Amino acid sequence: MEFDVNGRRLSADADPDMPLLWVLRDLLGLTGTKYGCGIGACGACTVLIDGRAVRSCVFAARGASGKTIRTIEGLGAGRLHPLQRAWIGHQVPQCGYCQSGMLIAAAALLAQNPHPSDAEIDAAMTNICRCGTYPRVRAAIHAAARAMRDAL
Amino acid sequence: MKRRSFILGGIGLSGALVVGWGVLPPRSRLGGRETLPPLYGAVSLNGWVRIAPDGTVVVAVPRSEMGQGVYTALPMLVAEELEVPLAQVRVEQAPIDAIYGNVAVLVTGLPFHPDQENGDLARASEWIVAKLGRELDLQVTGGSTSVRDAWRPMREAGAAARAMLIAAAAKQWNAAPAQCSVSDGVVRHLDGRKLALRELIGTLREVPLPGEVRLKPAQEFTLIGKPAPRLDVPDKVTGQARFGIDVRLPGMLFAALRACPTIGGTLRTVDPAPALALPGVVRVSTLSGAAGGAPAVAVVANSWWTAQRALDKLRIEWDEGPNAGMSSDWLLARMRGALGAEDGFTFYEGGDGEAALKRAVQRVEAEYRAPHLAHATMEPMNCTARFADGRLAIWAPTQVPSVLRHVAARAAGIDADRVEVNVTLLGGGFGRRLEVDFVPQAVWLARDVSPAPVQLLWSREEDTTHDFYRPAAVAKMRGGLDANGAPLAWVTKSVSDAIVPQYLRRTYPALAADTPDKTTIEGLFDQPYEFPHRHCAHVTHHTPVPIGFWRSVGHSHNAFFAECFIDEMAYAARRDPVDFRRRLLARHARHRAVLELAAAKAQWGRVGPGRAHGIALHESFGSIVAQVAEVSLAQGEIRVQRVVCAIDCGTAVNPEIVAQQLESGIVFGLTAALYGEITIAAGRVEQRNFPQYRMLTLGDTPRIETHLVPSDAPPGGVGEVGTPPIAPAVANAVFHLTGRRLRSLPLRLGA
Ligand code: FES
Ligand code: FES
Repeated sequence: MEFDVNGRRLSADADPDMPLLWVLRDLLGLTGTKYGCGIGACGACTVLIDGRAVRSCVFAARGASGKTIRTIEGLGAGRLHPLQRAWIGHQVPQCGYCQSGMLIAAAALLAQNPHPSDAEIDAAMTNICRCGTYPRVRAAIHAAARAMRDAL
Repeated sequence: MKRRSFILGGIGLSGALVVGWGVLPPRSRLGGRETLPPLYGAVSLNGWVRIAPDGTVVVAVPRSEMGQGVYTALPMLVAEELEVPLAQVRVEQAPIDAIYGNVAVLVTGLPFHPDQENGDLARASEWIVAKLGRELDLQVTGGSTSVRDAWRPMREAGAAARAMLIAAAAKQWNAAPAQCSVSDGVVRHLDGRKLALRELIGTLREVPLPGEVRLKPAQEFTLIGKPAPRLDVPDKVTGQARFGIDVRLPGMLFAALRACPTIGGTLRTVDPAPALALPGVVRVSTLSGAAGGAPAVAVVANSWWTAQRALDKLRIEWDEGPNAGMSSDWLLARMRGALGAEDGFTFYEGGDGEAALKRAVQRVEAEYRAPHLAHATMEPMNCTARFADGRLAIWAPTQVPSVLRHVAARAAGIDADRVEVNVTLLGGGFGRRLEVDFVPQAVWLARDVSPAPVQLLWSREEDTTHDFYRPAAVAKMRGGLDANGAPLAWVTKSVSDAIVPQYLRRTYPALAADTPDKTTIEGLFDQPYEFPHRHCAHVTHHTPVPIGFWRSVGHSHNAFFAECFIDEMAYAARRDPVDFRRRLLARHARHRAVLELAAAKAQWGRVGPGRAHGIALHESFGSIVAQVAEVSLAQGEIRVQRVVCAIDCGTAVNPEIVAQQLESGIVFGLTAALYGEITIAAGRVEQRNFPQYRMLTLGDTPRIETHLVPSDAPPGGVGEVGTPPIAPAVANAVFHLTGRRLRSLPLRLGA
């Protein structure tokens, strides 16, 4: 099967039922996307498919081929995405394990809603972070939203 | 058992170990050049510092980075004395060597009341245990000890390295060392000449290690005490950070397993054929349990998903074993029975608690309870191993590389010096990765598919159902007040299983001894409150449930018992809870200051309608923390709006990391306070994945403010200390709001 990941065409000998998460991690060697629960409950595996946040552990490979996939490795497209800069500025990550999924979910949110309120962030960001980085995630999303608006 | 003999016996872990060490000279923790291999043209200056050819300072960090910031805070200690900017520093995982043994973790495990710390017995015990820590090369990340343990040796290593930079430059310039100094990563001569570190590499090989070095006084610190960005953050926002599950080796296979779901059960039969029929499956292995692990069936395949799917095809028959009837209710009934029937071990006694209770004009009594809890690190348990040519290589997210090496060697049947251990980043630790149950499993699988490397990863369901849980506990709390409402007596008796003996049995069986375990009662017997009469005892109730160290360990539930009960006594005495505590802290100025800071910053008692404040004060791991929680109710559920946290952690090496860790500890503790409960039915853990083992998410997270009491005392711990006070602070607020005392965790209004 062929996959369009971070602007590159990659091919993998994947079972069409294999969730995209394992295609990325075990077949394509893109380990930035993490496994946390395997049932769509934690968000560690979040990637963008055609710009939409998708939990790749419950998304079969067959549905991903022919679509545009973006993972944490390609979020900034060669530079740092404003969210990644805000994440550094607010010192968000602790262990860091959930952060790929957290950043991708935040990117999908800002793409749809460039000016989210606290309540909208609460509703959209359902990823689990066991290290409790939530207060900083919220602050960094606001900061990135501001930076992206200022850059327009 | 006599208190004295248990301490002297217990701390040595076993008396035999101590024999013979009395004659060894005290070992320096500086290490030599040979401690660090001189890779790629670099020059090692001691066991902690190496200069790379491009002038980068490479600092060997013997602790595991699991989110708590050791890959930043520990290099800061070296950089402070070495006078190099943090940007010039790179971190490397230290090898296994005795100089890195964690001394602080053992010393702080001693069962002394803080007010007795200067006693002879305490001093003698600390001396023995510190020696033990050095000799055992117990390379442990835990007990919030990393900075406390590294505080002297890593600053000394930096200072010694600086002396060598100066000696090398002086030699090159043919100048007196007194005319040379280091600042901003450059060696300077008084006359203005400069040398970058990369220009000194050759000469650095020739200068000797210095003798005594002088450490900077606190007023001269330029790095320590200031917020510095974490060194590990850039890789963690780009997906480049490598955790255990990200290890990729040529020809590597992937393994998934299913362990016996019943505690103490064994494997009866399994027919591997249905799994082997799937394309991509390489092998089915059966694994006996070791190091606390349960017996399991594993599948090795060319992707983890394939291995996991093949497992689903297997019909595994388990022998349920002796615990198939065990349930949480049954365990609770047994614990209550033991609490009533046994006196337990007295960890602390001052005055005569029972007599004072009899004399008291007012008595307060309550039973408190806490359930089992799982760690639920975001990165499930995993381990990568390669076994070839009689040598074993391991890559693992672990808090205990030296224990891991010992257990891996035992599983492989080879000497420890044929085992190479590579510590990856940890996707959370919280005490779960002090365990090495997954290591023999990976070693045996690597043997089965040798010479191919294999990565074993547990599913979330395996991770939740095969944890080493925070022990369940019950406490009977009794207090007495005199005619004026003044506190007279504090008498506690608690019951739970004991972690340390279980841990030793599964990792170092030769050292296992059933001595009373301080972790059972920490946070309950070592309270600062100055009651004239105190008695604190604990009954150990052994159960088959695997239990382990869960972030803040005994403090996690004992702070709940103690700080809620103090609140109950304050109400019985008709005093304000802050004022009641303050009066019990006349000789504890640091505690008083923290309590008052939290109360002031939260504007204690001033809340809008439908809200209430609750407070808790708790010392653990060398730091004192107070938290004020502001609570409201929404659709009958407890909603925590805001938490104000004050801490005295001595010197805050990196205040930004201190604040991060407090936020982290509060979210972790609040998750447990509101939702956390592992239950057992028919001998099995019932919760399997996140929906059943609920986690706090962003929308449930309160605003959190942290305030530090300025201090230049030696550093206290910060990784765990935020967790204990939050449950009692919230429960006390719920009482003030609703008049209901919730004495059982998790806090449920409906119950
Ligand atoms: S791993 Fe996909 S949502 Fe948890
Ligand atoms: S940073 Fe550790 S799980 Fe989120």
